[in-house]
Amino acid sequence: MSDDLHIEPTVRLTSVDENTTILEKDLDTEHMLVQMGPQHPSTHGVLRVELLTDGEVIVKATPHLGYLHRCFEKHAENIDYPGIIPYADRMDYLASMNNDLGFAVTMEKLMGIEIPERIDYMRIIVSELNRIASHLVAVGTYAIDLGAFTPFLFCFRDREHILNLLEWLCGARMLYNYIWIGGVSHDFPPKFKERVLEFVRYFKPKAREIYRLLTENEIFVQRTRNIGLLPADVAINAGASGPMLRGSGVKWDLRRNDPYSLYHELEFDIAVPDGKASVIGDCLSRHLVRAIEIEESLKIIEQCIDKMPDDPNFDPHATVPKRVKPKAGEIYGRTEAPRGELGFYVVSDGKGTKPYRCKARSSCFVNLSLLGEMAKGQYLADVVAIIGSIDIVLGEVDR
Amino acid sequence: MQHLALAELNSWSNALADLGIVGLLIIPAIPLVFIAVYALYYGVYGERKVSAFMQDRLGPMEVGKWGLLQTIADILKLIHKEDIVPKAADKFLFVIGPAILFVGAFSAFAVLPYSSAFIGADLNVGLFYAISIVSLEVVGILAAGWGSNNKWSLYGAIRSVAQIVSYEIPAATALLCAAMMAGTLSMQGMILEQAGPKGFLDWFLFQSPIAWLAFIVYFISSLAEVNRAPFDIPEAESELVAGYFTEYGGMKFAIIFLAEYASMFMVSAIITVAFLGGWLSPLPNIGSLALNDWTNGPIWGVFWMLSKSLFFVFVQMWLRWTLPRLRVDQLMFLCWKVLIPFAFLAFTITAFWEIYVGRW
Repeated sequence: MSDDLHIEPTVRLTSVDENTTILEKDLDTEHMLVQMGPQHPSTHGVLRVELLTDGEVIVKATPHLGYLHRCFEKHAENIDYPGIIPYADRMDYLASMNNDLGFAVTMEKLMGIEIPERIDYMRIIVSELNRIASHLVAVGTYAIDLGAFTPFLFCFRDREHILNLLEWLCGARMLYNYIWIGGVSHDFPPKFKERVLEFVRYFKPKAREIYRLLTENEIFVQRTRNIGLLPADVAINAGASGPMLRGSGVKWDLRRNDPYSLYHELEFDIAVPDGKASVIGDCLSRHLVRAIEIEESLKIIEQCIDKMPDDPNFDPHATVPKRVKPKAGEIYGRTEAPRGELGFYVVSDGKGTKPYRCKARSSCFVNLSLLGEMAKGQYLADVVAIIGSIDIVLGEVDR
Repeated sequence: MQHLALAELNSWSNALADLGIVGLLIIPAIPLVFIAVYALYYGVYGERKVSAFMQDRLGPMEVGKWGLLQTIADILKLIHKEDIVPKAADKFLFVIGPAILFVGAFSAFAVLPYSSAFIGADLNVGLFYAISIVSLEVVGILAAGWGSNNKWSLYGAIRSVAQIVSYEIPAATALLCAAMMAGTLSMQGMILEQAGPKGFLDWFLFQSPIAWLAFIVYFISSLAEVNRAPFDIPEAESELVAGYFTEYGGMKFAIIFLAEYASMFMVSAIITVAFLGGWLSPLPNIGSLALNDWTNGPIWGVFWMLSKSLFFVFVQMWLRWTLPRLRVDQLMFLCWKVLIPFAFLAFTITAFWEIYVGRW
């Protein structure tokens, strides 16, 4: 073949042997770079995903973070320990109680504070309530991502009851500052336990309804089944946790595997999909894990209310240290937040009331790093389904 | 019954046409006013209320009694807005897009029979005209999406064109079943063919053992043709921001919305005419109770036509707030591998039925 032959860039030459060359007209389309976010309805906040697309198919997806970075770690170095808790609230703002619990448990481990049993049960009740609220948001917004608007509002209707309960408890609806180092800010108000039980009774059928509303919807299943597959080994190697890891079939829940507070005394199952309705590791599995966890949390709350000792002269501040000044040392405490392992690494130099270093290990951040892995080769619409199934809260991703 | 209808057929529109230029202006003004009122109240306000009741909410309640003036307030807000054309947009296409959309949707109303006595133009190819002029919208959508110079809009436009063009095949095939049963493409002619003392039993839906299949195929395809859920992929708000009208604001956006509601009504009207007897009363004559004769007539016709069509608009809203959205490949799968074979099946059986049995 002569060299002066004009060849279009879309034409591919394949030499079969020295005499034969096949001219192939390529059907390959040009790649297009699309910026998804930071202002996009389904990136759940200010996430920017750089998508390289070939038509509707994703070639590469790169999440870009940092739009909601608020210097949690640097702030923490400049305030005393109890003051960090309101900052921790604002990390995963949908599950503030769980953040508080994580930090409080870490600090108590560092300082060796023993807290009364009643406080432990109170903490578990509120953080499980908060876990349900957080999962309701996750399930609801996931439905919205897939175009079903109504389940979202059903979820928010029920979440409202939880927010009302927690508002009654500590005055705030989302950012509670309720769990303190060594205690809690307020005792349960009178009749609070009854109201929580009332809610549990009300919500049990609703939890089933939410489970059925989406998992029995053929279109929903088609949109999520076998989409965004995450094999268990990849999930473990990347350090994924929470529903992401359990969705891949790994039975790992810090409440069981590394118990803190009083979780070792409570009966509940680790939610893993059975692989009947979903393919293990797909978006539907992760969704199912959340739906099942809601029911498990209800079980935990019921047990806690049964076991919680009543004490009329109870002082929630009895074990709260007057001055939090830990000895020199370092600690890593981890808890199972709704979105996965939330860890706090605190270094104290022993000289002051402020930490020398405070690092937060965010579950969403790690989980989000798997987006590119999962989105590759999927359709554009599936990226939305995958981001939704990771259930990110940008406040925690960026901190 | 049939001769009665024939006597009054198109009598109002003919009388208007005899008035000369004024009458000829009034005829198109009637559907225009109708679209505006319907979109304002049934379309926007109604949809918000319907969705609210499905979702345990109240919907608009602040402006006016039960929020009745909410849509007016929205329109006022939209009129106040600055008419923005993005700098990088193709100005001509950007402006012409919504216009084509609206013209396409509105032109179809020319052959829509509101009642036995009123129709814009009783074309002998009315049905054909309606489904072809509605597909003019594709051009508007493509112009809007391309002209916006936004990648999301382009995605929306391309998806939309692929979707509308594909779904026209099952839709048209399903409508052909009705046309075969009627033996005419004229809208009024099709309705007259369904007239009879048995009321709803004389409608095409019940006149052949396979008409229900054509009816369902057409209904599903019509949802896709007007980009309603679960086929609202071109404007999929969670994926494509707002699809082909991402860059639009103010009145241009309102025009696009108006066009969408107009085509929602149009496909509902076509389904009513083709399968459910148009402006005919559903009530049968039972012995001496001549319910069918009593409830037929020009005025009753308006009532039946609108209530049947608006019911299907309601069903569209109902689906919108119930179902998640399909993915683009699943949508195409549904069209080419499910609906088209079934449409052809319905077509073939209807053809044989019409040859060997006809009306029962």
